[in-house]
Amino acid sequence: MDETRKEFWLNAVLLIGLFATPVIALMIDEPFYVTLSTRVAIFALAAVGLNIALGLGGMVSFGHALYFGLGGYVAGIMAHHAFSGVPMVFGLSGSDQMLVIWPVAMLLSGLIAAIVGALSLRTSGIFFIMITLAFAQMAYYFAIGWPTYGGEDGLSIFVRNQFPGLNTMQTWNMFLLAYGALVIALVLFAMLRNARFGAALMAIRQNPERVAAVGISPFGIKLAAFVISGMITGLSGAMMADLNRFVSPSMMSWHTSGQLIVICILGGVGRLFGPVAGAAVFVGFEVVFGGLTQHWQFWLGLVLLGVVLFARGGVIGIIAGRERHG
Amino acid sequence: MSAMLEVEGLEVFYGASQALFGVNLQVREGEVVALMGRNGMGKTTTIHAICRILPVRAGSIRFDGRDLTGLPSYRAARLGIGLVPEGRRCFPNLTVTENLTAAARPGEWTLARVREFFPRLAERSGQFASTLSGGEQQMLAIGRALMTNPRLLVLDEATEGLAPVIRREIWQAIGALRGEGLSILLVDKTLAEILPLADNCVIVERGRDVWLGAPGEITEQVEQDYLGL
Repeated sequence: MDETRKEFWLNAVLLIGLFATPVIALMIDEPFYVTLSTRVAIFALAAVGLNIALGLGGMVSFGHALYFGLGGYVAGIMAHHAFSGVPMVFGLSGSDQMLVIWPVAMLLSGLIAAIVGALSLRTSGIFFIMITLAFAQMAYYFAIGWPTYGGEDGLSIFVRNQFPGLNTMQTWNMFLLAYGALVIALVLFAMLRNARFGAALMAIRQNPERVAAVGISPFGIKLAAFVISGMITGLSGAMMADLNRFVSPSMMSWHTSGQLIVICILGGVGRLFGPVAGAAVFVGFEVVFGGLTQHWQFWLGLVLLGVVLFARGGVIGIIAGRERHG
Repeated sequence: MSAMLEVEGLEVFYGASQALFGVNLQVREGEVVALMGRNGMGKTTTIHAICRILPVRAGSIRFDGRDLTGLPSYRAARLGIGLVPEGRRCFPNLTVTENLTAAARPGEWTLARVREFFPRLAERSGQFASTLSGGEQQMLAIGRALMTNPRLLVLDEATEGLAPVIRREIWQAIGALRGEGLSILLVDKTLAEILPLADNCVIVERGRDVWLGAPGEITEQVEQDYLGL
């Protein structure tokens, strides 16, 4: 079987597997695994966002927690105001509707990503990594130091936000929302990658000067990709906050940025389903080894080391062969 | 008729060391100009300055009467300067088709037309550029430049390091482009191959243009003074 077909089947298995797990869990009455699958789907969604910047564009953003946390705080703050009835800034009222919260989370993340990108994309390599990290850490310490919304203690969402026609308090419905968003994001990723935009973005990763010589501004393409990337991760943050019914500054910390990069690397950087495979491995480790030892991250680190040294294509690369990412 | 590309008194530095000391050249609409000279005399430097890859210290580069000197390279390319860089620099990890579509700008050169022009690229469309032979990579580099629908095609050492059969194929393709009235600026060292194509020749020597004329006017003396190895 050639490698493209292998990857197709692997993707199908991942897509169906992620759907089947909560179905089986419901049948055997283990709702915990439904929530766990939702967690995988949301982390995968966040990593699909990062994968556009990191995998296609080669932009090693060490600050994607900023958008993840921003989305989370949008969900938390809007719910907080909807609950208390006190208007937010400029007399705008809060909302407990996901269909309002998500666009706000994405727009705000996109706006911040545009500002961060406009400044950080003028650099590259280690400087880019450090500047994106610096922006995320700024937001992190701002969230800690802002007592209105809980500061260091975070902010609880008392009643999960609403989605028309679905009772979001039921774990299965929450899973469906996360899974649906993930599928849409994956389709978007595939479309972007196959479009001229994606070809240009991947070419920029390889050699920005050559891309400029054929009449494409590398900066514009990278910035657009960075903004789209931030928006998707922002959406995932809003969903994660709703899943946990809690948002705290730790969503913005550099640990979270690192987690998202780890998920991409474990699954396969630049691969369509890399984030899904990576998120499954990551959450699996968290549960299986997290139950056995407090130091599960040590073992995850060892696995990551192994992947980086011996299997740079990640899970997808091991099974379906290396595609194109060098 | 005024020239499409006019380079006057071009001076370029690499850091502190000066590489060009005032190069002048012109390419008129529909004309093929050969830029010649020995190794290290400033041919590629001139081309890189025209394509805005290198900063210009003094002098002017005008394209359609428009000054290019302050523009970034992607703007120069958008105005219609299509570079085929030395060493066939394709995007190795993109497929042939992706290499071409990434560069596409609207115009008469479309993916279908480039594939018709280089049937080999059509055969290899799903392959990664890194797996192509040298000649095919060169075709891809030319095809990629054509996809930008340039008004001036700049070819830097288009056949360097290729087998004679392939060289002939490439030169035939360039001849066909010339026949269609595309303006071309050629850089090469092999006189026998470029002279039949060129309308005018410019010879550079130590960062200055030293000779200008039609290919037929290149005497043995000129050849010996500026081009002989």
